[in-house]
Amino acid sequence: MAYTARKIPFVGTPDTNPETKPFFQGADAGKLMVRRCTSCKKVHHYPRELCPFCFGSCEWQEASGKAKVYTFSVMERANPPYAIGYVTLEEGPNVLTNFVDCDFKALKIGQDVKVTFVKTEDGGPSMPFFTPA
Amino acid sequence: MSLKGAAYIAGAWEHPTRKAPDKSIALLHAECAKGALEDAGLTKDDIDGYFCAGDAPGGLGPLSMVDYMNLKCRHVDSTDVGGSSYQVAVGHAMEAIAAGRCNIALITLSGRPRSEGQATGTAPRPGNPAAPEMQFEYPYGPATANLYGMCAARHMYEYGTTSEQLAWIKVAASHHAQYNPNAMLRDVVTVEDVVNSPMVSTPLHRLDCCVISDGGGALILTKPEIAKSLKRPLVKVIGVGESPKHQAGGEIDLTYTAARWSGPPAWEMAGIKPSDIKYASIYDSFTITVLMQLEDLGFCEKGQGGKFVADGNLISGVGKLPFNTDGGGLCSNHPANRGGITKIIEAVRQLRGEAHPSVQVPNCDLAIAHGTGGALGTRHCGSTVILERE
Repeated sequence: MAYTARKIPFVGTPDTNPETKPFFQGADAGKLMVRRCTSCKKVHHYPRELCPFCFGSCEWQEASGKAKVYTFSVMERANPPYAIGYVTLEEGPNVLTNFVDCDFKALKIGQDVKVTFVKTEDGGPSMPFFTPA
Repeated sequence: MSLKGAAYIAGAWEHPTRKAPDKSIALLHAECAKGALEDAGLTKDDIDGYFCAGDAPGGLGPLSMVDYMNLKCRHVDSTDVGGSSYQVAVGHAMEAIAAGRCNIALITLSGRPRSEGQATGTAPRPGNPAAPEMQFEYPYGPATANLYGMCAARHMYEYGTTSEQLAWIKVAASHHAQYNPNAMLRDVVTVEDVVNSPMVSTPLHRLDCCVISDGGGALILTKPEIAKSLKRPLVKVIGVGESPKHQAGGEIDLTYTAARWSGPPAWEMAGIKPSDIKYASIYDSFTITVLMQLEDLGFCEKGQGGKFVADGNLISGVGKLPFNTDGGGLCSNHPANRGGITKIIEAVRQLRGEAHPSVQVPNCDLAIAHGTGGALGTRHCGSTVILERE
């Protein structure tokens, strides 16, 4: 089953939550931004100001964009079908995403993927998606 | 101090409707309340505690419904954790009764997603963008079916679970639903029927999914002295547990559910183990939900759920663990897209000996009713209730 581009919705704006605005600014510049804790050094997702592991302060860093498929499900009832899934980033966290520019039938849990960016509809920000590496 | 036995379920009533275009949601709540009161042999004026969740219309927890039903309450609680809210309400009501904050607690659930044409499982629904996760999830099309599909896919990858094994769960539910005149799907289906039904979101087929129905249910809980003064069989609450599970900052593991955490405190309070259970109501939004919860509640080892449910092991009179003998959410009813209360109601029927004779478990003295609310693929709550016939 081939990938067909679909309109990607967004809700609110990158300004809705000031805490996460740099994530969307990064995505618009082709960078996958993640938060790393300055205390426990762990990377988490979705991004927060306070570390969800220790409540320490976090700084932004650009992720490598390399990841492995953790799981996925192809919504065949949708038109066009789309593949939602989690990827495990090289930096650690599992991240919810979609898989694009690939044959859904050939997708495999554990396979290597890399980040790519897609603009959301109605002038919304870009978001990170993943495609086979 | 253990709360074991601090409350009894004195009234339980499931609305017979599955499609109610001519009724308001508030009326459905009130009809369920009336049904549960009549079942218990109590009246509206006896209620002094009210428990509801996000399906109660009005937006300010219990306020609209206590106004509509004209209840005079000393205690209210509107903890909303989706379809698991009603097991949670049983626990909270037991705590309130034990603390003397109310004597007769009413719990209601109602809704009509079927009449409102809601595509519950397949249409992503935007929420408030101020919810911290919303902008990181909604663009990717999270709908209920694919959030559970992702769990099924990972479970298959790690443990070798098959679509045929999942199908056995629907087969068992359909065997029970044939005896329920109110069930939406009364035809007995086969494993082949399930795996050959249209794919919704891989690896879940249409028949791996629950029904979308209007309706509701209600429960009456009360303290031991009052329960023993009533004329109904005594159903004692002996164990409760509740726990949320979520993405854990990115450390999410989709191979288990919150039942892993809500089960142990309930088992410990009850002082029994899974093999003591005669009947199990297990939340069944999808077949995979049942399989994972059975593992996490300890009915089988992790990863062995596929083998456990296969070959009719969940069919009453056939297998070792009769489950969802009303047909469950998979075949009978999933009112308001929240199946928690109907799980408790069928467990009460079984313990009273009032289930359909074709599915009644002989000498049913211990039952479990487990709920899941939210989505296994992102965040959800698990809630466990263990009941004993006295």
